This record gives sequence, C-alpha cells and structure tokens, in this order.
Amino acid sequence: MLNALVALMNFVVIPATAYGAQLALGALGVTLIYGILRFSNFAHGDTMAFGTMVTILLTWALQAAGVSLGPLPTALIAMPVGILGAAALLLLTDRFVYRFYRAQRAAPVILVIVSMGVMFVYNGLTRFVIGVDDQRFADGERFILSANAFRDWSGLDEGLALRTTQAITIVTAIIVVAALFWFLNRTRTGKSMRAFSDNEDLALLSGISPERVVMVTWLLVAALATIAGTLYGLDKTFKPFTYFQLLLPIFAAAIVGGLGSPIGAIAGGFIIAFAEVAITYPLRKILSYLLPEAWEPAGLVQLLATEYKFAVSFIILIVVLLIRPTGLFKGKAV
Amino acid sequence: MCPPARDGTTEDEPVTDAYSDRGNKDRSIANPRDGASMSSSLKGEATPSTETAFLAGIDMTGGYGRGADILHACTVSVDPGEIAVIVGPNGAGKSTAMKAVFGMLDLREGRVVLDGQDISRLSPQDRVAAGMGFVPQVRNIFTSLTVEENLEMGAFLRRDDIRPTMEQVYDLFPILRDKRRQPAGELSGGQRQQVAVGRALMTRPKVLMLDEPTAGVSPIVMDELFDRIIEVSRTGIPILMVEQNARQALEIADRGYVLVQGRNAFTGTGRELLADPEVRKSFLGG
Ligand SMILES: Nc1ncnc2c1ncn2[C@@H]1O[C@H](COP(=O)(O)OP(=O)(O)O)[C@@H](O)[C@H]1O
Ligand SMILES: [Mg+2]
Repeated sequence: MLNALVALMNFVVIPATAYGAQLALGALGVTLIYGILRFSNFAHGDTMAFGTMVTILLTWALQAAGVSLGPLPTALIAMPVGILGAAALLLLTDRFVYRFYRAQRAAPVILVIVSMGVMFVYNGLTRFVIGVDDQRFADGERFILSANAFRDWSGLDEGLALRTTQAITIVTAIIVVAALFWFLNRTRTGKSMRAFSDNEDLALLSGISPERVVMVTWLLVAALATIAGTLYGLDKTFKPFTYFQLLLPIFAAAIVGGLGSPIGAIAGGFIIAFAEVAITYPLRKILSYLLPEAWEPAGLVQLLATEYKFAVSFIILIVVLLIRPTGLFKGKAV
Repeated sequence: MCPPARDGTTEDEPVTDAYSDRGNKDRSIANPRDGASMSSSLKGEATPSTETAFLAGIDMTGGYGRGADILHACTVSVDPGEIAVIVGPNGAGKSTAMKAVFGMLDLREGRVVLDGQDISRLSPQDRVAAGMGFVPQVRNIFTSLTVEENLEMGAFLRRDDIRPTMEQVYDLFPILRDKRRQPAGELSGGQRQQVAVGRALMTRPKVLMLDEPTAGVSPIVMDELFDRIIEVSRTGIPILMVEQNARQALEIADRGYVLVQGRNAFTGTGRELLADPEVRKSFLGG
C-alpha cells in the first residue's frame, strides 16, 4: 500500500507537478497575449526556445569561465540575460510587425497568421544559432533526494526521487506566479493592464496608453517564456523542435483554463500535465501493490503509449471546447 | 484578468463573435491626433448662448467611418451649473452626437468648443486630459475589476492623491463604499451606473457627459440617480446627458434638445419643451 503511494508519487505526481508548472508558465504567457493583444500567439513556443537559447549560450560561457552556483544549475544566473534577449526580440517584433497591424485594427485571425510567420522566423533564428540537436546545459547536484537514499531510509521496496530541477521548477513557478499576481492586482500598471483587457474602449477613455500596456505585456511574456523554457530544458533537454511541439499542450492548458484568465492558465497547465503523465504511464506497478496477486494485470495497464501523449492534450482540448468553450475559469470564448 | 468583457448591456452593439470585442467601429480612439490647432473661422450662425457656452458642439455633421452622415448640422451645448438634456427617438443620433462631442468620430463639418478653445482636433484621450468626463451608453464599467479599481482607473491620468475624490464619490454613492471590493460586473444595473458615473468623476472633470445613465434601471432607482446627477450639477459641473425618459429628464433640464434623424428638431429650456404642444404630441405621448 505504501509502496503504491510512493510509486505513484515518484512516477506520476512529482513529474507531472514539475511539467504542470512548466506548462502553466507557458500558458500564462499565451493567456496574457490573448487578454491584451487579443490573438493566439503561435510564436510562443519559439519565443520560449529563443529565450532558453540565449540562457544556454551564456550558461556555457559561465561554465567555461568556471562560474557555478554549487548545487544549483548555472543556468539560473544566466536566465535574466535570457529574459532580456527574449524581451528585445519581442519588442523589436512588435515595433516592426504587430504594431503595423494594430494600427489598422486588424482582425485577430490576421494576427494569428502573422504570428505563424513570426514563428517561422524565430524558429529559423534559433536553429541557425544553436542548431537543431539536443543540448545539455544542466549542471550542479542532480538529486535532492535519490531513490536509493529513500529506500534505505524508509525500508520500502519502492524508491522516491526528487531531482534538483524538479524542485527548482516548482519553487520558481510559485515565486513567478506570486510576483505576477501581485503585479496584476496591486500595481497601477498591472491594474491598467487588466482594465485594458477587460474593456479596451473604456481604458482609452480613462487615459490608459495602449502602447504602454502592450510594451509591459511583452516584457512579462518574455520573462514567462524564458523561465518556462529554461526550466523545461533543465528538467528534460533543450531541442528547438520540442519547444515547437509544446505549443499544443500549452494552448490546451490556456484554453482549458479559459483564455485570458491567469488562474485558468495555471489550473489548465496542471490538468493537462497530470492527464498526460497519468494516461501514458504504465500503471501496472502501482496496481500490483494494491491488488491481490491473482488479480495482477497481465499487461502494462498503460492507457496510451508515450508517443501519443499529445493526443491527450488534444482530446481534452476538444472536449472542453465542446462542453464549455469559455474554459473552466470563464475566459473569452474562443 | 479577464472574465468576458461583455456585460450584458450591449443593446446597440451587435455581438458577432469573441473577436468583435475589439471595440466599436468608430474612428480608432487609440490613435491620438496631436496638437490642438485653433480653428479660426467662426462662420456658424449659432445662437449667442451656444457660441459662448462652456462646452458646445456646433453644427456637427458626420458619421461613422466612410458611412453616410448621421448628424446633420447638429448643435448641443451646456454651461456651468446647468443640465442639458438630449432626447429623441431611438436611432436619432443622440449617442452619435455625444461621441462626436467627445471626438470619437470624424466631423465633416462643424466644431467642438470647450471653455473658449476649439478642441475639434483633439483625440478623446486629450479631451479627457482637457477636463471632459464621458460615460458611454454601453460597456461603461470594467466588469472584472472591483468597484474601487474602477474608480482608480478613472483617475489613471492623475498623479496627485486621489483618496479625497474617491471619498467624495463614495459620499455621493454610499452603496459603492460597501461594495468597493466586489467586481463591478456583479452589481445591479443601478449600482453599475453609479460606478460608471463615479469612474468619470474621478478625473475631477470640468464637464460631464452621460449617455443614458438611467438605462435599464427601475423607476425608483432612476429617481435616485436623477437626484445624484442634480447633486453633481450643483457643485458647478456642467452636465450634458442623453435620456430615454424624456419627460423626467426635461423636468430637470436647463436646456433641452430634441433630436430627430440627426437634426435639431426643437431646442429650448426644459420647461419650454415640456409646454410645447408639438413636442408633447410627438415625443412625450400627448
Ligand atoms: N458604431 C456605429 N457604426 C455605424 N453606425 C452606427 C454606429 N452606432 C450607431 N450607428 C447608427 O447611427 C444611427 C444613430 O444611432 P445612435 O446615435 O446610437 O442613436 P440613439 O443613441 O439616438 O438611439 C443609427 O442609424 C445607427 O444604426
Ligand atoms: Mg444611444
């Protein structure tokens, strides 16, 4: 029984929580853009890739120079610069691409297509600089709690491991989300962003400057995307194509939670992550501890092969769109 | 941030899809036109009281975008201490006239004067900064923000201490003080209108424009709102408002304008209009 619980923690709960935090941060970026700029930004995955790439390049330079954070990954020092890099890229894109369409009050569909074009440009840029292959940049202590250490300490058959990157992901996500909500709910600029998102015309009649709101939005998005991307890269590996693929679970998270709703983005991130991990994980081991020997399942009890993990996001997305198009937290209808 | 922006009061704004809440199709109020160039020609034959009024839209002609003209030489004005009321049938162009005075559509002819200055070329934002407060007919509050945040956003342009003004608004509308931490979208119709008026008052405007402030509220709440509006007017702020409830509105009006198909059909003091048999027959139901 305890063994089942530990196995569940080890193989489902902890990985899904870390992954959920990464998706939530990604979905927050998507939802902010949707709330303020009113379009679904297909370039978001590649924005994450770009910010992460800048972080990685600096991390390598720091590692070469012998700088280190001890047990923590060096990438944490490099991340602020990655954020600045992503911010510069986003602001330049806004200045030369999105602003043009905004001035014409272009329909959101047009902006979505434009963002796809931007996506291809970012995509090429990242591949051109760092290549298409897997890159490893994690360093420092690998485990906070290793499976063997846990087994020795508890006397159970099952081990429980907590990787440093998982812990860092969860802690960072909590800090970032708390800071974001403080900003949106307590500061004048944050409130003006919410007001703009709520009722653009009235915001203008109140003297809120749209260009400033848009600029602050891109800055926040740069930070969220780079942090999400770096945490994901530390936890798994960095490969530009994977970041493009992340678009689906991230959009699913944002839409499931309700586009435009930050709380929804967080909830959506965890829903998608838990569903994906639980459905693609072979539950046999956990069941074998719970059921009498005679009932022990013959197969792996894996509901879907890992290759199909994106199908999970997709199915959840479709179901939510059919049943509750505004998402769980009443965002704007898609 | 964003429960849906729709607030259920969108009566003259067809909702097509989620993307349509990009706002109305008026000339973009996001593109400030700079500089108040003084228009020199004072050709109009307007009555003296209009010429010298604190706020006046004079001989306004124009429509939305490239569409046909909706206003035809329409004139409205108001002076300090006064309440000016625009009445008229649905679709007469009352809201359009208000938007024109606020710079939300291009005028082909005519001009808008505030405190002796021609402000025809100012953007709506610049008109806010110049001291005009406007409560639109629909979508006039931030539904997902709390009552207090709505008031704060009203004062966005101010850099001084806004607490005293907020207290004044709460004194004027005591119910808002009790509800200040509630999302404005959760309030009743009458309370929302109070939030809308309160938001506009937060800039400490020199003139207040209200488009149907009593739309969709019960008769009791309507009387209450009228009382509050009179109270605001007593503080010296000129009020230009559109009203559906013509009779009640004209009773408190120092100036009344009956608009029909974008033209001034009748103009006079509220009492004159109420006494005019023609007006009574056509617009006040006998
Ligand atoms: N945003 C808009 N774009 C184009 N036409 C509009 C718009 N708003 C109103 N109209 C048209 O302008 C005319 C006057 O409308 P409006 O000023 O809202 O009338 P009122 O407020 O007197 O009921 C109507 O024919 C209406 O269809
Ligand atoms: Mg109207």
